Amino acid sequence: MSDQSNFDQYRRRFLGGSAAAVAGMALVPGVLLHEVGHAKPADKAVSGDVRWGMLIDSNKCAEGCNDCVQACNDEHGLTGFDRPATDAQWIRKATLKDKQTGYTQTLPLLCQHCEKPPCVDVCPTGASFRREDGIVLVDKHICIGCRYCMMACPYKARSFIHETLQDQKPYTPRGKGTVESCTFCVHRVDNDETPACVEACTAENHNAMVFGDLNDPSSKISQQLKQYNSRQIRADLQLNTGVRYRGI
Amino acid sequence: MIKHSLILLVTGLLLGVVTPGHAGDSLLPEIPTAQARYSDTQGCVEPTAEMRRNHMKYILHQRDETMHRGVRSKQHSLVECINCHVSDAPDAPRVSSEQHFCNSCHSYAAVSIDCFQCHADRPEKTAGTHAMPAVGQSRGENVPVLAIEETIHE
Amino acid sequence: MKQLDFREIDGGKPFYMLVGFIGLFVLAALGAAFYMEHNGHYVTGMSNQIVWGTPHVFAVFLIVAASGALNVASISSVFGKTAYKPLARLSGLLAITLLVGGLAVLVLDLGRPDRLIVAMTYYNFKSIFAWNIMLYTGFMGIVAVYLWMMMERKMNTFTKPAGLAAFVWRLILTTGTGSIFGFLVAREAYDTAVLAPMFIIMSFSFGLAIFILVLMGMYKWSNRPLGDTILYRLKNLLGVFIASVLYFVTVYHLTNLYITENHGVERFILMDGGIYTKLFWIVQVGLGGLLPLALLYLPATGKSRGWIGISCLLVIIGGLAQIYVLLIGGQAYPLELFPGKEVSSSFFDGVVASYTPSLPEVVLGIGGVAIALVATIIGTRVLRFLPVSLADSMVDPHHKAEEAAA
Repeated sequence: MSDQSNFDQYRRRFLGGSAAAVAGMALVPGVLLHEVGHAKPADKAVSGDVRWGMLIDSNKCAEGCNDCVQACNDEHGLTGFDRPATDAQWIRKATLKDKQTGYTQTLPLLCQHCEKPPCVDVCPTGASFRREDGIVLVDKHICIGCRYCMMACPYKARSFIHETLQDQKPYTPRGKGTVESCTFCVHRVDNDETPACVEACTAENHNAMVFGDLNDPSSKISQQLKQYNSRQIRADLQLNTGVRYRGI
Repeated sequence: MIKHSLILLVTGLLLGVVTPGHAGDSLLPEIPTAQARYSDTQGCVEPTAEMRRNHMKYILHQRDETMHRGVRSKQHSLVECINCHVSDAPDAPRVSSEQHFCNSCHSYAAVSIDCFQCHADRPEKTAGTHAMPAVGQSRGENVPVLAIEETIHE
Repeated sequence: MKQLDFREIDGGKPFYMLVGFIGLFVLAALGAAFYMEHNGHYVTGMSNQIVWGTPHVFAVFLIVAASGALNVASISSVFGKTAYKPLARLSGLLAITLLVGGLAVLVLDLGRPDRLIVAMTYYNFKSIFAWNIMLYTGFMGIVAVYLWMMMERKMNTFTKPAGLAAFVWRLILTTGTGSIFGFLVAREAYDTAVLAPMFIIMSFSFGLAIFILVLMGMYKWSNRPLGDTILYRLKNLLGVFIASVLYFVTVYHLTNLYITENHGVERFILMDGGIYTKLFWIVQVGLGGLLPLALLYLPATGKSRGWIGISCLLVIIGGLAQIYVLLIGGQAYPLELFPGKEVSSSFFDGVVASYTPSLPEVVLGIGGVAIALVATIIGTRVLRFLPVSLADSMVDPHHKAEEAAA
C-alpha cells in the first residue's frame, strides 16, 4: 500500500468536506449546490454511508427526446438485434396520458434501485443483490437465468439476454442467458462520475435528471428533494426507491 | 526387456502426439506474449509460476471483490489482464481461436472457460469511446511498466 | 385385508418398443433444450415481457401433479383407508417421476443450465424459489424412504410415520409452489395468499387424474384385472377434487372482482383477454371442470371406463389451461405503474404482451411428460410397484360377502 497516495486521498477528502460545509452555509436556498466529489480509492470497498439516488423532473422531460436512452445504449454497448420484444433496454422513455383529462407527459423509466428490492428477495442464488451503497445489481457470475427477478420487478426494469453477445464493453460485462438491468453506471459512480444518462441530459441542458448521494444532506439531490415535492412510482409498495420523480 | 519396451512405448506415444495440424508442431501450446512486462523482475502481476497454477483463484476472488464490494483495484482486474495480454488491433484473435492468450493454454488443457460469455475478450478500441479507467490510469494504450507499479496494490 | 402380490410388469419386445417410443420424445426434448441454450432464448416465444412460457406451464403442472399423485398413498398410510393400500406404491413412484419430469423441464429452460451446481450451492433463503429447490429434492428423498418402508417387509411398521412425513412435506412443497406466484407484489394476477391453498387443491385434482389414467393404462397394458370397486372410489374422489378446484377459482376471481384496483386484470382474464379468456371459460372451467364433473357423476357415464378415462384427460387438459392462463395471462397483462394513465413506451409498457408458444418450448414441455412416463414404466418393470390384481375380490374383502348376500 502506498502511504503517500493514501494520505493524498484522505487529504483531498478532508478539504473537499470542509469546502462543502462552508459553501453550504453560505448559499441561499434554491440556488443549486455544485456537488463536491469525494473520490473513492480503487481498492476501498463501498459503504452504506452513501446511498445513491436519482431525481427525475418529468416537467423538464421533452416528448421525443431520447438522449438518456441513447447515452445508456452507447455507454453499455446495448446494441439491439431489431427484435424489440427480446432486445435489452435498461432505460426507456414512457409517455403517460391521463385517461380523464388528456394531460400528456413523458419520463424515463429505469431500475428504481429500491431499498427493499423484490428482485433481490426472490433470486434463488442471491445473484440479484443490493450493494452497500444502494445500487441494485445482478452478479452474473452466479445468475442461472431463471428470470424470477423479472417476474418480481414491479417496474419491469430487467431484461434477459436472448442471444450470444460479442465485443461487450469492458466495464459492462453482459452475456447470453443472464439477466441485467440499469446499474446506475456503477463503474462510473465508483470512479466519481455520474451515470451516462444524467450526464447526457445535463450536457444537452435539459437538466431533467439529478444524481447524487441521498445520505448527504448537502448534495444537490438532497437539496432538491427537500425543496420540491417528489414521488416514487408505486409508492404504495413501500420499497423506498432510490429514483424519485417530480411532476407525477 | 520390459523396461526397454516400456520406454519404446512411451516414446512412441509422445511422438504420436505430434501429428500434422497440431499447433506449431510442438508438444506444448504456443502462448502469445503480452503487450508489456509488469516489472523488470516479473512478467505478470504475480510471479509467472504462481499465475500458471493459481490465476483462477485470483480471478474468482477479485470478481466478488469488484462485484459486491466495489473494489476496482487494477492488480487483479480482468479488464487489465485483457488489456495487457490481448492486442487491441482490429484483427486481434478472439477467445475462440487458439491464438488468444487465454484459449491457447485452455484449449490445450481442455478446461473450458466461462468468462467470455459476458466479458469482452479483447480490449476496447479507444477512439471515440468514453475512457473508463480506474483511478489514475488511461485505458487502451499499451501499459508501460512504470504505470502499473503506480497502481494501488492490495 | 388379503395379502396382495406385487409383481414387476413383463419385459420383452413390447416393453422395449414402448420405452423406445416414449424415449423419442425425451430425445426430442433434449434436442430442443440444446437448441434453445445454444442459440439463446430469442428462438423461443418468450421475451422480456413474457419471461416464463410453455416449458414453465408444463413444469409447474408436472410439479403440482407430482405432489398430488402422492395423495392416494397418503390416504392409505395417514388416513388409514386400507382399500387404497395396494395403490400406495404406484402412487409414490408416480410422485417421484412426475417431479423429475417437471424439474427436468425447469432446469433445461434456464438461461444458464450449466450453472445447476451454482443453484444447489448458493442459496438466498429469503427466496421461495431457493426453498423450493430444497423442498423438491427433499421430497424425492422422503418419498424414496416412504417407498422403502412400504416395500421392505420388516420396515412396514414405519410406513405410517414415513407416510405422515411425506404428506406434511408435500403440503409444504405445494404451498411453496403456489407461493412462487403468491409472493409477487408486482403483478395483479398474483400477489394473493389464496394461490397457495389453490395450488394444493389443484395438486389433488391433477395428481389423481394422472394417477387414474396411469393405473388404467398400466393394467390394460399388462393385462391385469382392475376391479370397479377401487376405480369408482377413485373417480368419485376425483369429482370432489374437481369441485374444490372450481370453488377456489371462484373465490379467487370473486375477491378480485370486489377489489376495484384489480378490475383491470379481471376484465382481461374474464372478458377481453382473447385467447386467455377462451382458455379460461371453455377449457379450464368448461372442459376441465364442469364437463368432467358431470361425466363422473351422471349414472349414464359415471360407470363407464371409457368415460372415466376421458374425464381424467379433460381434467389434465383443463389443468394445463389453468396454469397457462395464470402463468402467461398473468404476465401478459401490463404492470400498473401509473394508475389512471395510459402508458406507452418502447418496452411494451401499458400494452398486453403477445406470446405464441414456439416449437422448441412445446417439445421441451412434452418431453417432461415423456420423462415422467418412461421413468414410471421402467420403474414398474424393475421393481414391484404394481399389484398383481386389483379385482374387486382382492381389494374389498366385504365385496364378495355382499355379492353373496345379494
